[in-house]
Amino acid sequence: MGTLAFDIVHFLSGGMLVLSLLLLYQARIPAVVNVFAMQAIVLALSVAWQAYLQNAPHLIVTAAIALVVKGLVIPFALHRIVRRLEIHREIETVIGGGPTMLTGLALVALAILLVQPSEAGIVTREDLAFALAVILLGLLMMITRRNAVTQVIGFMSIENGLVLAATGAKGMPLVVEISVAFSILIAFTVFGVFVFRIRERFDTVDVTVVDRFRGERGEHQ
Amino acid sequence: MIGPVEALLIVPAVAVPLLALITNYRLGAALNVIAAGLAFACGVALLFAERVRSELIIVDDFNIYLITLTTLVGFTTSIFSASYIAHELEVGRLTPAFLRFYHAMYQALLGAMNVALLANNIGLMWVGVEVATLSTVMMVGIYRTHEAIEAAWKYFILGSVGIGLAFFGTILVYLAGQEVLGEGLPAMSWDLLVRASPVLDARLLSLAFVFLLVGYGTKIGLAPFHAWLPDAHAEGPTPISAVLSGLLLNVALYVLLRFKMVLAANPATLNVGAIMVTLGLVSLVFAAFMLYRRRDIKRLFAYSSIEHMGIAACAFGLGGPVANFAGLLQMTAHSLTKSAIFFAVGHIAQVKGTQRIAEMGGLSATHPVLAVGFALGVIAIAGLPPFGVFAAEFTLVSSTFARAPALAVILMFGILVSFGALILRLHDIVLGEPRGPTGPVRASYVPMFVHLALVLVMGLWLPEPLVRWFNSVAALLG
Repeated sequence: MGTLAFDIVHFLSGGMLVLSLLLLYQARIPAVVNVFAMQAIVLALSVAWQAYLQNAPHLIVTAAIALVVKGLVIPFALHRIVRRLEIHREIETVIGGGPTMLTGLALVALAILLVQPSEAGIVTREDLAFALAVILLGLLMMITRRNAVTQVIGFMSIENGLVLAATGAKGMPLVVEISVAFSILIAFTVFGVFVFRIRERFDTVDVTVVDRFRGERGEHQ
Repeated sequence: MIGPVEALLIVPAVAVPLLALITNYRLGAALNVIAAGLAFACGVALLFAERVRSELIIVDDFNIYLITLTTLVGFTTSIFSASYIAHELEVGRLTPAFLRFYHAMYQALLGAMNVALLANNIGLMWVGVEVATLSTVMMVGIYRTHEAIEAAWKYFILGSVGIGLAFFGTILVYLAGQEVLGEGLPAMSWDLLVRASPVLDARLLSLAFVFLLVGYGTKIGLAPFHAWLPDAHAEGPTPISAVLSGLLLNVALYVLLRFKMVLAANPATLNVGAIMVTLGLVSLVFAAFMLYRRRDIKRLFAYSSIEHMGIAACAFGLGGPVANFAGLLQMTAHSLTKSAIFFAVGHIAQVKGTQRIAEMGGLSATHPVLAVGFALGVIAIAGLPPFGVFAAEFTLVSSTFARAPALAVILMFGILVSFGALILRLHDIVLGEPRGPTGPVRASYVPMFVHLALVLVMGLWLPEPLVRWFNSVAALLG
């Protein structure tokens, strides 16, 4: 693999990581949705580049799905939901922006430390480190944000990291297509079933409000 | 020619769209039972068919009995479900439109579990567990109450994160395999991976297993990752609690064990057993104490499932032929007993109109048959002889005493603590003054007593082929 090709792979995966960090401290839901859309577009570019490098035309399909579904359709739908539910206010966070960013940086370091010692080829290895960092940051986002919409975005950003890892693994069969198909299914399930039902019942999509109805609370006497 | 393996995948695939289209709920419930019955027939036929091995599908000693067990419990639960659902319609907790969805999802769950069990491809295993998770998420939220939605949401979030991490682990295993086995399908075939394991990159495999353990461990309900489990059991329909506890936890454990076998073949990898023993014991002791604080009957048995999966994980973590044998026995006995208990609990909760233990009581006076079934189930799950759970736990504890007495003490302690809690609750519910409504119950007792009879037989006498399978799998597991 030429140096330029190598650099482009790095540039794109690095871009995804930066966008993951950006996701962490966005204060308003529409901004979170936009950053997520950008991450999906960078993912599409990265997958397309891998398709070219590995000479694997089927990866183009994956790239197209990432671009159209995660880059355009889902963000568009999310914007509509946000407008209709009038939740474009600030997001409540469990931990403040500063500590979240510090934890995020620690997670990136952890990802690198975990993957570096393995004996996989250098490109795969660094790709994996980026992907793992994106996954861990997505997890962090799901933990620190209290809003159902941002939790879904955190989850989809985890999926972005998974697709990045799967396409970086040369010649991995079946799974890329299947996993992408599932990411679509999951996204639609979430919108269709949860967000609307939660709206229907509570007039809010703030998960903490749902928490109050928890089964055993108040039963411990 | 369609063999039993193909049929196991085709039956649910046909049943899902069909059930989604049928508006008559009685017909839907009947078809659900028929489809599950057909799958069970295929599961039995599989026992006598030739072993299959391709790049996608494998049938060996390990999964063959689990498939039969899964299809059996799937079948009996569908019978229980038919009578349970009829009552839910009467009291208006569910509408016929939701039942179409419910039955379709039930078949999707059974089909997905078959995929996970039959898969030789580690990616396909993952797909099976993922689809099974999604279909149960849908069913947990089906009552659309505050609690049900919160439970489903929690399950969805934790389950998907777990599944995401498991997928990352799967990618890492592929990367390790790809260097030796070449690109493409062979590097994802479980049997080829096991054979090539000694020459695979040990570091990559160890790292992969950490992700797989956290990922599938969430699905098994091991202690630090169990938060979704009690809520999902308590708020969904009871037939789903039965298949969740009885089957899905087992399937997740099975998949994790497949990966453990890959690592076991490579001595340079992480000591997987020690981690599994730790997680298993933590789950056991934690769940045992949590049992005392439960006020909700379904939550009580959900925690008991965490406890028993902990025991199984601990057994497989210890390894060796005897402990592995005990682990397999434990998986089977727990699956049958716990689903029988949930059948009883479902009917009790319907009669009493509540799941709160404080509002039940005196069941033996008002519903003697139900009380006997429930009591037998609880006695079996608490680990009293002569039931199968006792046989498993006794084998495990006695073999552990010989090898690691300290661990055996913790194991005994956990089992005894949970025993106390279960017997206390059993006393509250079955004996004493009758409380709450005492109306008649329209229950199908057959599935419950069939399961209990099987567990009893397991405790007294194991059929020869089963012993042979368990022994060969126990040896394979290392």
